[in-house]
Amino acid sequence: MNESRDSIKDIWGMRTPYKGDWPARVDQRTIEEPDHWVQSACVLCSNGCGMDIGVKNGRIVGVRGREGDRVNHGRLGPKGLHAWVANNSKDRITKPLIRTNGKLREATWDEAMDLIVQQSKDIIEKNTSLGIGFYTSGQLFLEEYYTLGVLGKAGLGTPHMDGNTRLCTATAAAALKVSFGSDGQPGSYTDLHTTDAILHFGHNIASQQTVLWMRILDRLAGPNPPKLVVIDPRYTDTAQKATVHLALKPGTNVPVMNGILNLIIQAGNIDKAYIDAHTTGFEELKKIVSAWAPERVEEVSNVPASRLRQAAEILGTAKSVVSTVLQGVYQSMQGTAAAVQVNNLHLIRGLIGRDGCGIYQMNGQPTAQNTRECGADGDLPGFRNWSNKEHVKELAALWNVQLDKIPHWSPPTHAMQIWRFAESGTIKMLWISGTNPAVSMPELSRIRQILKKKNLFVVVQDAFMTETTQYADVVLPAAIWGEKTGCFTNVDRTVHLSHKAVDPPGEAKSDLDIFLDYSRRMDFRDKDGNPLIQWTTAEEAFEAWKKCTKGRPCDYTGMSYAKLTGGSGIQWPCNETYPDGARHLYTNGVFNTDINQCETYGHDLDTGAAVTEQEYKAKNPAGKAFLKGSDYLPPHEVPDLEYPLWLTTGRIVYHFHTRTKTGRSQQLQDAAPDGYVQISEEDAAKYGIREGDMITVASRRGKVTEPAKIGGIEPGLVFIPFHYGYWDNNKRSRAANELTLTEWDPVSKQPHFKYAAVSIIKKEEDGTFKKIGKSIETLTEKLKPQEV
Amino acid sequence: MHIGKYIDLVHRTEKDLADAFKMVAKAHRDEVDIEQTCLLLSSWSLQLADTMKPVANRYKKETDREPDRLTKTLLKKARKGSMAMLRDLHDLYLIVNEVLVCCTILKQGGTALADEELVTVCEEIERQTTRQSSWLMTRMKSAAPQTLIVAHP
Repeated sequence: MNESRDSIKDIWGMRTPYKGDWPARVDQRTIEEPDHWVQSACVLCSNGCGMDIGVKNGRIVGVRGREGDRVNHGRLGPKGLHAWVANNSKDRITKPLIRTNGKLREATWDEAMDLIVQQSKDIIEKNTSLGIGFYTSGQLFLEEYYTLGVLGKAGLGTPHMDGNTRLCTATAAAALKVSFGSDGQPGSYTDLHTTDAILHFGHNIASQQTVLWMRILDRLAGPNPPKLVVIDPRYTDTAQKATVHLALKPGTNVPVMNGILNLIIQAGNIDKAYIDAHTTGFEELKKIVSAWAPERVEEVSNVPASRLRQAAEILGTAKSVVSTVLQGVYQSMQGTAAAVQVNNLHLIRGLIGRDGCGIYQMNGQPTAQNTRECGADGDLPGFRNWSNKEHVKELAALWNVQLDKIPHWSPPTHAMQIWRFAESGTIKMLWISGTNPAVSMPELSRIRQILKKKNLFVVVQDAFMTETTQYADVVLPAAIWGEKTGCFTNVDRTVHLSHKAVDPPGEAKSDLDIFLDYSRRMDFRDKDGNPLIQWTTAEEAFEAWKKCTKGRPCDYTGMSYAKLTGGSGIQWPCNETYPDGARHLYTNGVFNTDINQCETYGHDLDTGAAVTEQEYKAKNPAGKAFLKGSDYLPPHEVPDLEYPLWLTTGRIVYHFHTRTKTGRSQQLQDAAPDGYVQISEEDAAKYGIREGDMITVASRRGKVTEPAKIGGIEPGLVFIPFHYGYWDNNKRSRAANELTLTEWDPVSKQPHFKYAAVSIIKKEEDGTFKKIGKSIETLTEKLKPQEV
Repeated sequence: MHIGKYIDLVHRTEKDLADAFKMVAKAHRDEVDIEQTCLLLSSWSLQLADTMKPVANRYKKETDREPDRLTKTLLKKARKGSMAMLRDLHDLYLIVNEVLVCCTILKQGGTALADEELVTVCEEIERQTTRQSSWLMTRMKSAAPQTLIVAHP
């Protein structure tokens, strides 16, 4: 055992204070001495840390951070150091499974794939490809997403393709498109080395991106620490380091940001020359935010006016600002409108496109950026605009198919609508890859009902049996990180290549090989009769992807597997102009809003109504960024007498997503073995709740029972982590998403996990057994039909 | 002068529209975005009807007879199912665009009368009603292929 620190107890490790470049610190955890190391990067959060995989006798025995990598300078967080053990887990799926007479049985690949192909062909014959939908992940590699995107768009011709990235990253993409004309993160992690102020908005970075937080902690410990503004309803580890913490009420992100922008504009802390030269819409924005005096913001959001003024002072006067945004914004009311206000802050102060001034519209998952780039979510590959015929023509030429083969009559179907089509019965086959919607989607009772539907053929491709595979008609065993080769991209556009280190277990195959096999069996052809997809390896897929990106904002043409091997990850765009990648986008203040370049013509922030090509032409932004504002719209569900408290959901540092990997590491599991409900001291006193008491939390959609954790949260608000489902504990209803709402942002279509009205009941010494017993019964009922 | 009739027409149609959006929201609450957006757009129509009140009162004496309204024939009752949803959105679209046409005509009259208040009201109605119309068009376009092509179970 070689462990550089106990990262369970010491999450962020030793400080290395700095001014200038961030010093290296190599973190490692190996249980045996590896006989060789294989270059990779971490997939346990969205940060994208460079890491090497230690291999001994064909098995993974540990990991270490890559010292020379620009993202982490050798460091790794607790999940990265521990969760690789999941690869070696004994309960990996090793053979395809087919449901026969209600039970899943082992099958051959031929049997399983033939069944999927037969189902596909039957559905297409009766209903066209509109009967087939794909729900993918933020866990696959770029090469896999691109292959999926091509087979779906140019092979089948279905618009129904999205991923669980809709739940975590859709608003990041939407907000970037709204302001800058296309997706693409403007900043670089190196901005944190010099910035004077940092805004964390709905982002508990200390817990979610531990290594990025180390970079900030080391600045805070250095000679010129930046000031920190944190907007979060909870007193998180991040909030504890804040210069100013704004603990707002759920659903009030827009009023708070409007208030901050109003103060900054009122104080004249704006860059008029930049606004005039590089933006459009300032007067309208000014008018909207001017209605939000600090006192009114306080009334709506509970954020004291004085504190709002302090925050505006820091964000309005710092010479440079880095902003990070995550689920507290994206998964709440007016997600896109609120995230856009952060872009506006940078635009009106001219703090963009240079060192120290970054906007990180964070992603939730390690490869989420690539679903967006490759067209495996609700976008077209290469940030192309589905409503720009020239862009669709480029793809048709690249893939050598007829223009009308590619669905472009309306935007690709978003995940929530895909599930709705499945619910109403017009999607008849749903292919789920690398994700676990039976725990991660909102309103789980509804999701289970959909998955259970007799006329929905469900394919699940995963490494483990999950709450979702229990409903599958076919389960395909998938290889995971470490067992296959491919690239992925993080929030500062750094692309890493993760090499195959070991063989997958049993008959498990990479997602790439599965998609290629399906494409071959479906006999997808181009218009000259040649196979539609001609690549057979990850590297060939990457080369094909490079062609797709040529001339687009996410230009990969200057990269190769050779260039991505041996050193650090590389930022896109990487091409003839930027052979080593570009640190910042928009350095010259010219944005991707030109009508021929933009990824979207835009949307109404309140309704999601699409702006038409003609309307866009009339606006003619021609490279200027959009300043768009929105007034406050209250959440659709608010506490009342029956459900008097707000619920918010989120993550904890030791787990990722639905714990399929992290739950299989003994150390991570021991560190956070179960869900809980966090409540304030005030509410605990009011309800007579002590630490550890079992509490039943109910919403209009379901109930869960969790032990109480007291403190660190505002009165009137409760928090439940969403990681915990039933695969390792089905003794009680405990998944947070039993309670959450089915609704979504009008622009990004990201669901609202950050608010719902709930009630809490303490389990009494007597009589509660009945209540808990009942919930076990319901659960057993729910799980019955899915026994394997 | 017939201008009062047009003001009355827009004012009443706007009130009808507030009800119509609500009705469609209720009928299609399984389509969550339709329910929520229709409720939002209903609140806009109510607000626009309120905005019109002062001018409607001012020109009240001009109204002799209630003009025929499109809402009397369209959307008397919302229906269930995806095809019905498309038809309901289609009806809403026609009513919304009826308001837009009326408003264009009214603004012409207001401008010729140099009635600044009336023109301002017309502009606000045009602005919000165009947003309603855009959403309806966007939503119909995205619902159409699945509704028209794929068989329901």
